[in-house]
Amino acid sequence: MSDPCDKCEEMMQPYLDGTLSDVEVEEAKIHLERCRWCAKRYRFEERLRHYVRVELSEAMSPELKARLVALKTPL
Amino acid sequence: MSESAPSTEDTRRLAQEARARVRFEEEALELSDQVYRVARRLVGTREEAEDLVQQTYERAFRAWRQFTPGTNLRAWLLRILTNLNIDRGRRQQRTPQTTSIDEAADYFLYNSLEAATPEDNPDEERVLEKLSQDSIVEALADVPHDFRDTVVLVDIGEFSYADAAQILDIPIGTVMSRLHRGRRILKKNLADRAVPA
Repeated sequence: MSDPCDKCEEMMQPYLDGTLSDVEVEEAKIHLERCRWCAKRYRFEERLRHYVRVELSEAMSPELKARLVALKTPL
Repeated sequence: MSESAPSTEDTRRLAQEARARVRFEEEALELSDQVYRVARRLVGTREEAEDLVQQTYERAFRAWRQFTPGTNLRAWLLRILTNLNIDRGRRQQRTPQTTSIDEAADYFLYNSLEAATPEDNPDEERVLEKLSQDSIVEALADVPHDFRDTVVLVDIGEFSYADAAQILDIPIGTVMSRLHRGRRILKKNLADRAVPA
């Protein structure tokens, strides 16, 4: 893969997961500082992950909570 | 509570065990919101999620002695839950998997959403608005379950790769590859459901 933006795209998930080596992180940072096109896509991915987590969080019903509490061993 | 003083070794041991059990149950119940949040996205409906969480707690309370204190209780509960879910899944899996398994490169979603945004060079917030909550729910539900389980545990449950590997009983490398592909499938599904321009 020779295009630096293609390489940056491949590194996005491991970069955001913090699983790249120090050398690779440095490499990605240098590219992201210079390339607003990639930097924007990284920011979007971070926002997307947060958005997905928030939008998909559904609270449990009080009925279920009560049923679970009722499973406790009586004292 | 018994009125007799703990005079023998046995009564002391029983009292100690009762306290440990109460503590275990309370700690497990404190995690129930987080357990439910993950369960809700592992299965299709709220009813299934509620059944699964209830069965998980029934089993966990029966098997509480098998939990090693000091280890990750939330991961232990999710291990029970995913095993119960797999037992159900194996029965259901007889119906063929019809979901397409298209995935796209990581920038694909952004590129297609940006193209569907009227203004030139929009900021990433504006682009994100192209995704509705319903579309996210559907897009995740359409990710084939092996990939979805991993995405749900790591990206919604915020479990580490190591915990996810233990919960799903697969190697860490498999967690990483399924997560990577699962996110790409999710993004492809999201691109297909974006709010039109």
